[in-house]
Amino acid sequence: MLELAFMQRAFAAATVIGVVCAALGFFVVLRRLAFIGVGISHSAIGGVAIGVVAGLPPLATGAVFAVAVALGIGAVGRRGVLSEDAVIGVFFSGSMALGVVLFSVQRGYQQDLFGYLFGDVLAISGGELATLAVGGLAVATALALAFRPLFFIAFDEEIAQAYGQPVGALNTALLVLLALTIVIGVRLVGAILVEALLVIPAASAALWATSWRAQIAISTGLGAASGVLGLVLAYWLDLAAGASIVLVSAGLFFASLGLRRRAAG
Amino acid sequence: MSAEEVVVRFEGVSVERQGRRVLEEISFSLRAGHFLGVVGPNGAGKTTLLRAMLGLVPIAAGRIEVFGRPPGGASPEVGYVPQRHAVAPSFPATVRDVVMMGRLRRLGLLERPRAEDREAVARSLARVGMQDRADRPIGRLSGGEQRRAMLAQALCASQRLLVLDEPTIGLDLPAEQAFYTLLRSLEQELGLTVITVSHDLVALAAEADELICINRTMHVHGNPEEVVHSHALREAYSCEFNFLAGEIAHHERIGRER
Repeated sequence: MLELAFMQRAFAAATVIGVVCAALGFFVVLRRLAFIGVGISHSAIGGVAIGVVAGLPPLATGAVFAVAVALGIGAVGRRGVLSEDAVIGVFFSGSMALGVVLFSVQRGYQQDLFGYLFGDVLAISGGELATLAVGGLAVATALALAFRPLFFIAFDEEIAQAYGQPVGALNTALLVLLALTIVIGVRLVGAILVEALLVIPAASAALWATSWRAQIAISTGLGAASGVLGLVLAYWLDLAAGASIVLVSAGLFFASLGLRRRAAG
Repeated sequence: MSAEEVVVRFEGVSVERQGRRVLEEISFSLRAGHFLGVVGPNGAGKTTLLRAMLGLVPIAAGRIEVFGRPPGGASPEVGYVPQRHAVAPSFPATVRDVVMMGRLRRLGLLERPRAEDREAVARSLARVGMQDRADRPIGRLSGGEQRRAMLAQALCASQRLLVLDEPTIGLDLPAEQAFYTLLRSLEQELGLTVITVSHDLVALAAEADELICINRTMHVHGNPEEVVHSHALREAYSCEFNFLAGEIAHHERIGRER
C-alpha cells in the first residue's frame, strides 16, 4: 500500500490535517466552539460552490467564504439580539443551501458536491498536498504564537482584558484559524465530517489528561493515529476513506471513555 | 510610593449601559496603602465602578485616573480578582499556570516566561500559602483555595494596587475571615492599595480603612465607623441597621483571634 504514490500523499495529508485539527481542537473543546465549527464547515460548501461556478480555486473561495461566515457569526452574536446558536443556524443553512443551488446549475454537480461533502483524500494531488502542508504549518505556527493569551482568555476573558490582552482581536483570530483549518480538512473528510477531527481527538484527550500540555500531546497523537489507521482500514476493507478516519477517531473516543470509566470505577 | 500619593481618582464619573445611567457623578480618591471597601445594595453599580476603573467599560462623563493615568491598556500596575463562580473541574491548568497568567502582559507575543517570571510566580504562591498546591489542577481546589490562587495571580500582576470584586462570595465564615486576614497581612507587608467590592457590609466595615457606599450615585465616603452610623447608608439601602455596630465588633474580634 505504501508503494502507491496516491496512498503516500493520502497518509501525509491525513497526518498533517489530523495533527492541525487536533491541536486547534483543544480550544474548540475548551471554549465550546463545536457548534460554531459545524456552522463554518457547512458554510464552506457555499464558498466552494462559488469557486466551482466562477472557475476559481474552490478551496481558496471556500476559505474566504468560511472566514467571512465565521466573522459574521461572531459579529452578529456579539450584538446580543439573537443567541449565538440561532445565528449559527441561519448562516449554516443559508450558506449550505447556496452551495447546493450553485452546484445544481453545473453539469455533473453531484460528483463535485459529494467530493466536498464527504472528502476525497485518495484523489489528493501533489500540489494540493503542498498547499495543505503550508496551510497547516501556518495555522500551527499562529496557534503556537498566540497560545498563552488564547489560553488566558479561555480561563477568564475579563481578567485577560483587564490585563491588556487584545481579547476581541484574539477571538477573531481564533475564528479565522478555525475557518482555515476547516477548509483544509474539507479535502480530507468533507464538510460534513471535518468537525469530527476538531472535536473528537481533543475530547478524547480531555478524558485522559488534566494538564494542557498532555491534552495537546494526546490530542495531536490521536488525530494523527486516526488519520493513518482510518486510511489503512479504508484500503484493506475498501471503505470511504474520510468516513473511516472519523470512525477510527470515534472508536478511540469510546475506547477512552470505557477505559476511563473502568479505571474510575 | 508616598503614602499621600493618590492612587485612584474618580471625578464626576458617569457610566451608561443601553442608554441608562448605571453610575452617576461618582467622585472619590484613594491614597496609597489604604484599603477601600465599596458597598451598596444589589444593582447599585459596584461591579460597574470597578470595571470602569479597569477600563473594561467606557465612561459617559467625568474622569478616572489610576496612578495618574487613564485606566486600561497594558500597564502592569493593577491586579484584579473578579467576581466569579468556581473554575470548571476539568479546566486543564495547574495553579502555577493560572498564576503565571498574571505575568502575561509583561511578556511579548514571542517571549516565553523567563526565570524572573517563574520566581515571581513562586513568590506570589508563597505569599498566599499555596506553594504546596502549585502543581494541582486549579479546578480541583476548594473555593477558598481557588480564591487564594486568584489572589496570587493578581499579586503576580501587581504589587501596588489590588482590585477585588466580591472575593469572599460563597465562602463560609472561617474561610472569609482567613481570606481577609491574608489580604490585610499582604497589604501591610507590601504596602498595597486595595479596593474591594462586597455585598457583605459587616465584614467589609470590619476590615477596610475607608468605605464608600453607592447606589448608582455616591451616598457616603468615610471611615467605617462614620459610614455605618450615617443616615446616608440607610438611605442607600432604604432600611435600618440597628444590629450593625455589634455585628462589626463581633467580626473584628473573630478576625483578631484568628
